[in-house]
Amino acid sequence: MADALHTLSAAELGRRLAAGTLTSRALCEALIARYQAVNETVGAFTYLDQADVLAQADASDARRKAGQGRGPLEGIPVAIKDNIAVKGQPLTCSSKMLASLVSPYDSHVAERLRAAGAILYGRLNMDEFAMGSSTENSAIRKTFNPWDLARIPGGSSGGSAAALAAGLVPLSLGSDTGGSIRQPASHCGVVGLKPTYGLISRFGLVAFASSLDQIGPMARSIEDCELLLNALSSADGRDMTCFGPSDRTLTPAGDAKKLRIGIPKGFLGKGVAPEVAAAVNAAVEFYRAQGCAISEVELPSADLAVPTYYVVATAEASSNLGRYDGVRYGHRSASAGTPVEMMTASRSEGFGPEVKRRILLGTFVLSAGYADAYYVRALRARAKIRSEYLAALAGVDVLLTPTVPTPAFKVGEKASDPLQLYLEDIFTIPANLAGLPAISVPCGKSGHLPVGFHLVGAPLSEAKLLAAGRLFETAHGFAHQQAAL
Amino acid sequence: MSTPPSDWEVVIGLEVHVQLHTRAKVFASSPWGFGKEPNEQVDPVVLGLPGTLPVVNREAVEKSILFGLVVGASVPEHCSWDRKNYFYPDNPKNYQLTQKDFPVVVGGQVEIELPGASRNVMGEHKFIRIHHAHLEEDVGKLSHAGSGSLVDYNRAGVPLLEIVTEPDLRSSAEAEAFLRSLVAMLTQAGVADCDMEKGQLRCDCNVSIRRRGVEKLGTRTETKNLNSISSVRDTVIYETARQIRELEAGRSITQETRGWNAELARGYVLRDKEDAHDYRYFPDPDIPTLKISRETVARLAKLVPESLYDRQRRYVEKLGLPYTAASVLVNDRALAEWFELAVAAHPTNPSGIANLVANDLLRDLAASAGTAGAFDETAPPAVSLASCPIKPAQLAGLVKLTDDGVISKQQAKEVFTEMFKTGQDAAAIVDAKGLRQNSDTGELEKIVQEVIADPAVAKSIAEYRAGNEKAINALKGPIMKRTQGKANPVLIDQLLRKFLG
Repeated sequence: MADALHTLSAAELGRRLAAGTLTSRALCEALIARYQAVNETVGAFTYLDQADVLAQADASDARRKAGQGRGPLEGIPVAIKDNIAVKGQPLTCSSKMLASLVSPYDSHVAERLRAAGAILYGRLNMDEFAMGSSTENSAIRKTFNPWDLARIPGGSSGGSAAALAAGLVPLSLGSDTGGSIRQPASHCGVVGLKPTYGLISRFGLVAFASSLDQIGPMARSIEDCELLLNALSSADGRDMTCFGPSDRTLTPAGDAKKLRIGIPKGFLGKGVAPEVAAAVNAAVEFYRAQGCAISEVELPSADLAVPTYYVVATAEASSNLGRYDGVRYGHRSASAGTPVEMMTASRSEGFGPEVKRRILLGTFVLSAGYADAYYVRALRARAKIRSEYLAALAGVDVLLTPTVPTPAFKVGEKASDPLQLYLEDIFTIPANLAGLPAISVPCGKSGHLPVGFHLVGAPLSEAKLLAAGRLFETAHGFAHQQAAL
Repeated sequence: MSTPPSDWEVVIGLEVHVQLHTRAKVFASSPWGFGKEPNEQVDPVVLGLPGTLPVVNREAVEKSILFGLVVGASVPEHCSWDRKNYFYPDNPKNYQLTQKDFPVVVGGQVEIELPGASRNVMGEHKFIRIHHAHLEEDVGKLSHAGSGSLVDYNRAGVPLLEIVTEPDLRSSAEAEAFLRSLVAMLTQAGVADCDMEKGQLRCDCNVSIRRRGVEKLGTRTETKNLNSISSVRDTVIYETARQIRELEAGRSITQETRGWNAELARGYVLRDKEDAHDYRYFPDPDIPTLKISRETVARLAKLVPESLYDRQRRYVEKLGLPYTAASVLVNDRALAEWFELAVAAHPTNPSGIANLVANDLLRDLAASAGTAGAFDETAPPAVSLASCPIKPAQLAGLVKLTDDGVISKQQAKEVFTEMFKTGQDAAAIVDAKGLRQNSDTGELEKIVQEVIADPAVAKSIAEYRAGNEKAINALKGPIMKRTQGKANPVLIDQLLRKFLG
């Protein structure tokens, strides 16, 4: 019995915990055993304090026994991407720069999880400072796709997706700046939701590109994803861009069979692998058969999304990452010199090549004489993309595309071609630029590799996205799938 | 000394950085204040720890708006913040949050008064336009110790309002007068304390010169980080002389950033235009555009005090105060309001009250409080009325006793000293000390007649009658002696003249 616990959904685990047939300690012990068996192979976690986990589990069991359980997540482990602060745990962002940093404070989402009784379960690998689509940019370790250990899990939240697919944990947190939750979710056959910008507080999320970053839930089923989303979203006075669900009403789900689904014109032609196109087309036909209205929509500026993203995101990143200078915390170069020389050397040594590339790019697009041609123009393009998406979403409920054009590639395959790698995010980036909620839902396989489809909705339409996903998932049985390891 | 040779005109613009009087830092909840242990007033946000975010302190925004209302600026509907990127160890995030495009204050003007012909004469008044003021965060302090460097982030994140003038100032005296007036406005409205010794006010000074009558501005230099009014004055004098010397020698002025060595009274080049930083400004994505509601503006408008010089004009024109007393009172809002409470209690002699307040009260308060102060070394020491033992109505009572002839002006000084010591009412002190003047005509007539009859004064009487006016004074001593000094001197004089006829 205990050996199967890692295959169960968070919802089912919650039911067993509530019924008293399972304790959080037993669950955590089973997951730690799973961790010891497969983490070395998959490389999803960078840190797990087993004693701390068991202490949290005991505290949860005691609360429940005393009738002070805190809700559906009480006693359930949630693993956290290593760019989200948890007090007393490492906050490395998978960078040499922050390898020694232990967070002295809790992020808003960590506070929310504690308040929900969840177990804060370890740190998940990622691309350094969330920059990448394969988790190959981690300075800590490699993470492999549990469905094919020769392949990447996607990124930057590669650890978060791989941990789920490997049965290492039932729930995980990722962050998404251009697709960093949805792309690895698609590659690993799990559900990943990027909420509306501002729904979840960014306080405690290490900034990559502040106007695009959102924390989001990842799980092996729609139901679990929703469970985690509900625990995370609440207003927070420490993030001025966060309005939380209390200020505005989330759009109700409605009847998923009556959804109007828009298919962006020409999207399937853009380097989409045939098996991916086939799986996504099958999903479209499924929705049509359910009674959904399918129509084609025009998004004329969609081609601007990737270049716009790489100007806006790198500009903000170049400034956000300025604080890592070895003065107050993080890597400090051993080479002596003036304070400014020390800062320069620390940055040269502490950052990996992709982070440096983006800092340089961002510094360039903001420089005097170039800002108007790049940064200011990108802001205009971003506004245009947003208004086109909002206009399209006035006529349909969701926009459906593949999440990623191709299935997971082999480790090292695209490492030397950053531009090719940037195209991994072609379908996911617009939702970040426009601040819209989006979800990746597993919809089949390309050979042995998972494929997902992608839904984007109007602001605060998370419930509709989840309802649409649930309709598909229920009919197809893709929930709770795990790779055989 | 501060006036350039007549065919050159100096043009000055100032950027004044003022730490606002707030409880918390501008983008963090950490408190701030002077004299703490290094890095005691920091938190994860101030230190720029990964994952932290700025949250705008409403109090700092409201103090900034209040300043705008004080100088008659327009308060915009919105303001926003930008990032100014540069690397330096005292800058925790290596960017500073400032307002480049949409500042919280736009326009406005500051009335200044230039020195008059003498201390007792009002000088010329002028208006200096404010270009804008923006709300930003202060940085930490880097210091060098032995072979290493130390940095203290207590100051990092302290709210700083940068007030930028138009190039309207034309002399070092005008620059001085502007800063005095600005400090008075800021402190009187409770916007800032402006304590220079604590670094609460720092100034960048832009100077250029041009031939008189020429419209086009000359090339300017900017001298940074001046920390006293005298440094600003000396910089203007030094920079004016230097630029005239350069141009008259046929050289040109380089646009450059300069520093000032107050000890040597010399300026020096920090960096020229070629080395200017590229700050890569862009809108801060963490702080949404802030809407400034008209309700907030209306609420803050009620807190705007009467302006320094409106008050001065009212005191001179309506209350009839001498200029000197009026100018002393208006410099300190609390003192002026104290004065007005006293006038309300005894409205018929504002000048009598003003003289006591501006001279005696201020002197005794300063003596008991020691000095505070600061940015303006020549200003009178700031006093605290909080600990003043005399209440306004009590001072009014003292002036009324004098006006009613109950005590003499000389006695009033003595009573004042006692009031300051004990906090008692003037009347109680007069009674306790038996200082009340004897103005009983019947009793005094009797005494005067007795004295006149005394043969000891016969010689003086004869001299007086012979035309020596002063001889009458010899009779007053014995009268005072018989009345223990309480006889009303004016009445005695009248009675003596009547009886000696």
